[in-house]
Order: sequence, then C-alpha cells, then structure tokens
Amino acid sequence: MKLPKLSAPTLLLLPAIIVLAAVIVLPLLFSLYSSFTPFRLTKPESIWVFIGFRNYVSVLTNYEFWTAFGRTVVLLTIALNAEMFLGLGLAMLVNKATRGQRILRTLMMFPMMFSPVLVGFQFKFLFNDNIGFVNNALQSLGVTTSAIPWLIDGNLALFSIIVAEVWSSTSVFAILILAGLLAMPQEPVEAARVDGCTPWQTFRYVTWPYLMPFAFIAMTIRSLDVARAYDIVKIMTDGGPAKRTELLWTLVGRTAYSDARMGLANAMAYIAILLSILFTVYFFRKLAAARQQIGAEW
Amino acid sequence: MAPVTLKKLVKSYGNVDVVHGIDLEVKDREFIALVGPSGCGKSTTLRMIAGLEDISGGVVEIGGRPVNDLPPRARNISMVFQSYALYPHMTVRENMGFSLKIGKVAQSEIDTRVNEAAAILDLDKYMDRRPSQLSGGQRQRVAMGRAIVRKPDVFLFDEPLSNLDAKLRTQVRTEIKRLHARVQATMIYVTHDQVEAMTLSDRIVIMRDGHIEQVGTPEEVFKRPATRFVAGFIGSPPMNLNEATIADGKLVFAGGQTLPLPIEFRSRVSAGDRVIFGLRPDDMYPTGHGLNSGEATDVHEMELPVSITEPLGNETLLFVTMAEREWVSRMLNPRPMDAGEVVRFSFDLSQAHLFSPETGKTLRS
Repeated sequence: MKLPKLSAPTLLLLPAIIVLAAVIVLPLLFSLYSSFTPFRLTKPESIWVFIGFRNYVSVLTNYEFWTAFGRTVVLLTIALNAEMFLGLGLAMLVNKATRGQRILRTLMMFPMMFSPVLVGFQFKFLFNDNIGFVNNALQSLGVTTSAIPWLIDGNLALFSIIVAEVWSSTSVFAILILAGLLAMPQEPVEAARVDGCTPWQTFRYVTWPYLMPFAFIAMTIRSLDVARAYDIVKIMTDGGPAKRTELLWTLVGRTAYSDARMGLANAMAYIAILLSILFTVYFFRKLAAARQQIGAEW
Repeated sequence: MAPVTLKKLVKSYGNVDVVHGIDLEVKDREFIALVGPSGCGKSTTLRMIAGLEDISGGVVEIGGRPVNDLPPRARNISMVFQSYALYPHMTVRENMGFSLKIGKVAQSEIDTRVNEAAAILDLDKYMDRRPSQLSGGQRQRVAMGRAIVRKPDVFLFDEPLSNLDAKLRTQVRTEIKRLHARVQATMIYVTHDQVEAMTLSDRIVIMRDGHIEQVGTPEEVFKRPATRFVAGFIGSPPMNLNEATIADGKLVFAGGQTLPLPIEFRSRVSAGDRVIFGLRPDDMYPTGHGLNSGEATDVHEMELPVSITEPLGNETLLFVTMAEREWVSRMLNPRPMDAGEVVRFSFDLSQAHLFSPETGKTLRS
C-alpha cells in the first residue's frame, strides 16, 4: 500500500494534533453528542439513543437547575465584590508598608497555596456548630449564648461558603491590584494633591482609574474560578442542607455521578459554560474600556 | 500677594541631611530659578514648598503665613512636573478644569477659565483629546494650563522642560517667560540647565550639596560668581579654572607659565598665596576676535598653539594647552584655523576671577 506523501510541517505537527485530538477534541465532541442522548452510566447502550434537544429542554425548564444557576450568580457577585474590596484594602496597606514589603507580599499569597479541598475542610471545622472555632469563640466572648448552626441553616451555609471562598482567593485581587499600585506613576497623584484633592478624592479620581484594569483582570480570572466552584462546596456542605447551597457544578456533578445521568449532566454543563463565557466577555469589555481610559500602552 | 520665605529649611532622610538649613526670600511676583547639579537638593526644596515632602526643620512661609503643617491643597500653589503628570483618563479640558471641579467652582466659571487658559496656550484644538493623543510639547502646555486655571499665588516648576527635545525646549521656555509676564504670579523654577535659569529668571539660586552657593540676578552670578563652583557652573562653555601661585605680582601656573596678577586683586593677595584663577572663554580670545577688543583695560597678550577647533558658524571654540592644562577660548568673527597653528591670544584680566582653593570663595570683596 502506498501512503499519501505528507509535507514536512504537517508531518511534524501530526503528533501534537493527534494528542490534542485524543485528549481534547474527541472528549469534547463526545460529551456534546452525549448531551443529545439519554446516556446513563448504568446503561451504556443508552448512548446510541438520539433524543435531540430533550435534555436541554428539561434542564431549561427545571426549577432546581435555575435555582442553582441563580445561586451561583449570587455567590459570584457577593464573593467577587467582597474579594475586590478586601484585596484593594490589602494591596493599599501593603503598598504603604515601608519595610518588610516582600515578606508581606509572600504572606499575602499563602491562602492561594492551599488546595481548595483543604480550605473546605478547614472552614468546615471552623464553622462546625459544636466543636467549631467560630462558635466557641463567639460563646466565650459572650456575643451569643447558643450555638449558631453555620453549616446547617441554608443562608448561613452559603455565607460560610462565601467566607471560605473569600479567604482563599482575596489574594488574587490583592496581588494584581498591588502590581497596579507598584506600576503606577506617582506624579499624577502628587499633581492631584497639589490640585486640591483630599486623600479620598485623590483615590477616587486618580488612583482608582489606574487600578481598574488590574481589578478587571482579577475579576475575569476569579469569575471563571467561582463559576465552576465545586471543591469547597463539596467538602463543606455537599450542596446541602436540603440543596440550599447547590451550585451549578455541584448539581452537574451530582446528576452525572450520583444519578448517573451523564447525558443530562452534559447538557447542564454546556449551558453552565455559557455563563462563564458571558462573564468573561463582560469583564474583557470592561477591561478594554478601562485600559483605553488610562491610555495604557500594554 | 505671595512672597515665599524659607527659613533655615532642613530636609533629612534618617541621618542623612540633603538640605542643610537654607534661607531664601522670594519676592512677590518674582521669577526665581533654583539651579544646581542633580542631587543638590533643589527639587527637594521645591517639593517642601509644595508640601509633597515633609519638612525636617525650619519654616516655609507663603504670603507671610507659615505653611509647614498645611497639606498641599491648602497652600494655593500650582505645580508643573517634569513628567507632565497629566491625568491619563481625562481629556485636556477635564485635566485643566479638574482642580476647579474639586474646588467646587461653578461650571460656567470653570469653562471661562479653562477656555481662557487654552487660548493663552494655543490648546483650543486639542480640548477633547486625551493626553496619550498629544505630543510632548502639547502635554507640557496642558500641564501649564492646569496650573494657570487655578490662579494660584505661587507657581512651582520642577524641571518642566527636561523631557522635551532641544528645539521644543527653547520654544516652551519662551512661552513660560511670556506666561510669567502675563499672570504676574510668584514663580519658582527648578532646573539643572543653567541656560534655562539665566534666560527665565529675575534671580537665580545656585545650589550645591544642600547649600545655597549664591543668590543673584543672572548678570550678578555670571559676572561676579561668589564661589568657584558658581563660576564653573554658570556659563557655557564653562570658565577656565586653574590653580596658580602668587609671586612678585604674577600668577605662576604649573610648568612655570605666568600671567600678570589682575589689577583688581593686587591688594588682596600676597606672594606665596595659592589661588584658583578663573577666566571665561570670552575673555581669552585670539587678538582682534574678542568682545572687548580695543576697550579692555587690563589686557595681556601671549602666543599659544591651538590644539582643537570647534567651529559653530558665528564663533569658533579653540582648545589651547597652557600651563599643562587645556583652556577654552571663544573666537568671534572666526577665520579658518588649523590645529597646531600658533595664535596670538589676548587675556582680558579685568574680567578675571580669583578664588581661594580652600574655601572656594571669591577673593573679590
């Protein structure tokens, strides 16, 4: 048999193309296909039944899915805003430090060095209603007399998860905003002071516009992160109590593996990805606008 | 009315003093230049006047009122920075009106003042652009416009021309001078360029290592430098400064070369004294090619070989080796000349300076 002759570039790229196809393109196509089937892990033959958009219709009309979707957006909004404010504050404090700035910068990154699963366990322990540090501290200080059911009450549980998220990822904002502060020229700030600005006005009109692009970069990174939040929630509440902390990806995971309804789960996942893409596009637009505003040359 | 007074002004970082208790009185509406090499404390002094730098000791008074503890915004000053320091996210109009907006001035008043400043600086066409869309010279003008609209008591300039190319520099320099004539405010101008200082200011303050070396009009510091440093710093090309020993009414240089002792100094030095002899390139010229030809009273002539010539068109700089040192001479109405040619030079000793080698101070009264 005579093989067709391939050009040298094609030949050299072939291994990479094969690997990429095997690990990315094929699974992607397969998952997309399976979202159009009633594929169940327990009934492998169901992969061959094509049901069109029925999975998508049932997901989009599913109350549980939309609750998880909405909750994810709420979590994203609260966590990102909290992280931005705290990160901004942290970055400005570290920027003011006259000595030990390197050490502080390193310390600031510690939470990022922990695996999210460990962060989940740590906060699960902290917020434990019986033996947890938080309740013990509150009771010892006399703030409250009874134990607060941190992870048992639906709203408190979501709050606890947000605290864990914020703790582990505020440093993403802090680091990026600090980078902005360090890169920022000092003269406009001085000009603003001479021009009659109070410290707050200086921040509002001069410093903040400079930092906005950096904040938006952090926002983009973190929105992708939070939109696929899974591990911390899985460990702390596993979507409970009574699905009150169910997020998009915990729902997807549960549908796929506990309920074994892989086809349905894949349909959910594709819709969920749309959310991430939406946020990314939104923040990138904001970023581009902010960059243009300050006439950035990067 | 805003005179600025510095009294025993000190700035120190930790144990290091960078400004050593300087005293200075800037009169109302005066244009004063602080000039000196980098690291002489001139910018630090300006920033202390602006309130951007804490004052370690002494007093800064603006309009007779001590301002040490006032933040910059309460001092009624404007500052133009070397890097322009424009707000990049605001248009030219917003940049110029920003201080008024912050000061809660009515919008109609802001518009009037901004348009007025724009007209003075010829910026009308660029009002809606952002700084990144402007050239260096235009940015510098916006920075000046921003300073003008506030109608401050005192303008502070921190090396405003150093980022501009040579041609633009002369152009903006003239604009600053025109601006001073027009706004009639006190101006303090920091520069390391003695030409800028000479051309712009009413009086020049020459600083070195955190001390004031001399304060005087451009003419005073040029004609009667108080120290050897000032003599070498002001004037281009710099004054020829060489060591000599006094002997028998003569100045004896290294290698035994001599010049007569200038008449003015005859009673001020005695034989055996060591001095620094200073003579500007304008005052040693090929005979017949100088400024004072025919009028000078204390001229000595000498033949010297020319080692290098630098023709500049209207004049030529000649480098001459005398007494084992290189001297610079300025030749007016130049004629072509070859290196190595022996030329008769006139030394106008009535314009000579003598400084003490120890203190660096002038030996003139």
